[in-house]
Amino acid sequence: MKVGVCLKRVPATDTRIKIASSESGVDTSDVKWEINPYDEFALEAALLMKDAKQASEVIIFTVGEKGAEAKVREGLARGADRAVRVEVGEVDALNIASALAGAVKGEGVDLVLAGKQAIDSDDSQVPAMMAEVLGWGQITEVDQLEVDGSAVKGWRNAGGGSRDVVATTLPAVVSCDKGLNEPRYASLRGIMKAKRKKIAVVNAEGGSAKVAYSNWSEPPARPPGRVLDGDNAQRVSELVRLLRQEAKVL
Amino acid sequence: MGTGILVLCEHDDRGFKKTGFELLGKASELAAAIGGDVTAAVIGRAGGAELGAHGAATALSASGADFASYSTGAWARALQAIVAAADPAVVLAPASSRAKDFLPRLAARLGAGMVTEATDLRAEGGKVVARRPMYAGKAFADAHVASGLAIITVRPNSFPVGAGGGAAATEQAVSVALQDGDLAARVVDTEQAATSVADLTEAERIVSGGRSVKSKEQYDSLIRPLAASIGATPGASRACVDAGYAPHSHQVGQTGKVVNPSLYIACGISGAIQHLAGMRTSRIIVAVNTDPDAPIFQHATYGIVGDMFEVAPMLRQAFEQLEA
Ligand SMILES: Cc1cc2nc3c(=O)[nH]c(=O)nc-3n(C[C@H](O)[C@H](O)[C@H](O)COP(=O)(O)OP(=O)(O)OC[C@H]3O[C@@H](n4cnc5c(N)ncnc54)[C@H](O)[C@@H]3O)c2cc1C
Ligand SMILES: Nc1ncnc2c1ncn2[C@@H]1O[C@H](COP(=O)(O)O)[C@@H](O)[C@H]1O
Repeated sequence: MKVGVCLKRVPATDTRIKIASSESGVDTSDVKWEINPYDEFALEAALLMKDAKQASEVIIFTVGEKGAEAKVREGLARGADRAVRVEVGEVDALNIASALAGAVKGEGVDLVLAGKQAIDSDDSQVPAMMAEVLGWGQITEVDQLEVDGSAVKGWRNAGGGSRDVVATTLPAVVSCDKGLNEPRYASLRGIMKAKRKKIAVVNAEGGSAKVAYSNWSEPPARPPGRVLDGDNAQRVSELVRLLRQEAKVL
Repeated sequence: MGTGILVLCEHDDRGFKKTGFELLGKASELAAAIGGDVTAAVIGRAGGAELGAHGAATALSASGADFASYSTGAWARALQAIVAAADPAVVLAPASSRAKDFLPRLAARLGAGMVTEATDLRAEGGKVVARRPMYAGKAFADAHVASGLAIITVRPNSFPVGAGGGAAATEQAVSVALQDGDLAARVVDTEQAATSVADLTEAERIVSGGRSVKSKEQYDSLIRPLAASIGATPGASRACVDAGYAPHSHQVGQTGKVVNPSLYIACGISGAIQHLAGMRTSRIIVAVNTDPDAPIFQHATYGIVGDMFEVAPMLRQAFEQLEA
């Protein structure tokens, strides 16, 4: 079975996001990049399948500029076999999904593992859109996954603390949530080997982006808070009073 | 090009969820500006007349054996049929895990533009513009769909529930012809939670504990009862989850749940940028922390510099007395 992993590079989680201008969006010129954290769970799930001899090959797919290859290389160092980078004109969720779908089809992949969300766009759209474009079944946001032959079972949050168990058959797209596994680090040997692994580059047609963004800003500033005085008993009763009378949340 | 607004109204065994009421109220306001009616979309049960109280003129429902349990494909096909019947300009839905599962599929099928997790909506130039956090809440932007159908998911608790009182909605059943493959992925089982508290993403009140709770036992004896005393959902920092004191499903933050409660109480949480990413839109933030320089205090509405092992039980007692 060939397993595809969708991997996007995103600004590191501890990066302060700077707004370039209110119309152009975020300034990424000196951002430190990381593999999207949820894609790390997807990659790890694929590598575990390879370790268990369930997957014959693990292929990384990314849509992005040449600069994205450094993070793809990191995925190869952890143990993926090779990668495909797709270039599209305008990027939005549907264009990315269509580009990934085309590349996945081209490689004859049986199972696609993606992250539940890219922590830059925060869209949570690409995996389900990809499944639709491919005409495949999907299970999104799984924190537990079982693949047995062509049967796939995933556990996902259904609200209120309960979990839905979703079953489908291959080919399928699965998006991964935290809790699924503990991503491995690359070994020194893995890093050396990754230097010789192939990243193929393909071009995809893309339509114009459907969603337009404008009026970018930093998060609205919160009004200054208040640190309560007195001993703990006084602070607690003052807090309760404020929550009831000023904030009106109790 | 359609007109009006279609609102997905989710439900469970207890009836329609509050998220639908929040959106119907806001949709009524928006429809007055952009034109057209407010229609409720109901999948998996019939009826919906009571949604009129919150502003729906019509409730279109798809129900029957195919909808006995949730499936991505059947829900997408049902909403497709309801969209065809209502022909709206905009579809609003709560940013729930199910809506976020099937809506992108429908958006791709219809070539609609989709916006995720809006926290505010306004009408401008005949369109609905969504304000939304991106980069895990470290940036905000306006998003709009320039042409064609717009599908927008909205973070729960973004709008108040109105007083209600509107006339009953006209109920109308929509028939849905499932196609091959629509049931390819389906829910075969639902593992029920031991306790029935609101999901973190929908919770109105949250009490979270950090690394400094120091053990699962203390998370259970300090954080959970404090949460229970005000009907809040317990949450946790990643450090607390990674140490095994609370389950993964409790994590709030950039790689956990993004929450939007009216009250968020952080006990022994430093306020790392990744934690803030998940809870910074909370209306009121309370921080209890021994370190007066902890970054959480820069975001807290009310702060107590103190030992949570002392403060949390006192607070719980005070909360319990309130309820009595
Ligand atoms: C890729 C990535 C993703 C991440 N995602 C998340 C995420 O989703 N969510 C998240 O929370 N973090 C996330 N983190 C981790 C984040 O950087 C912090 O490490 C984490 O939030 C710290 O948790 P904490 O506040 O419980 O612990 P600490 O930072 O150790 O803080 C403990 C606090 O408790 C206080 N304290 C100690 N004793 C007491 C006491 N008796 N009473 C009161 N206060 C006390 C201390 O003063 C301190 O401020 C992520 C990190 C990375 C790298
Ligand atoms: N440009 C991209 N390249 C590769 N994978 C992507 C890209 N964008 C999104 N994905 C995948 O889709 C998931 C969800 O992304 P999103 O819908 O943007 O939140 C991510 O976690 C990735 O696995």
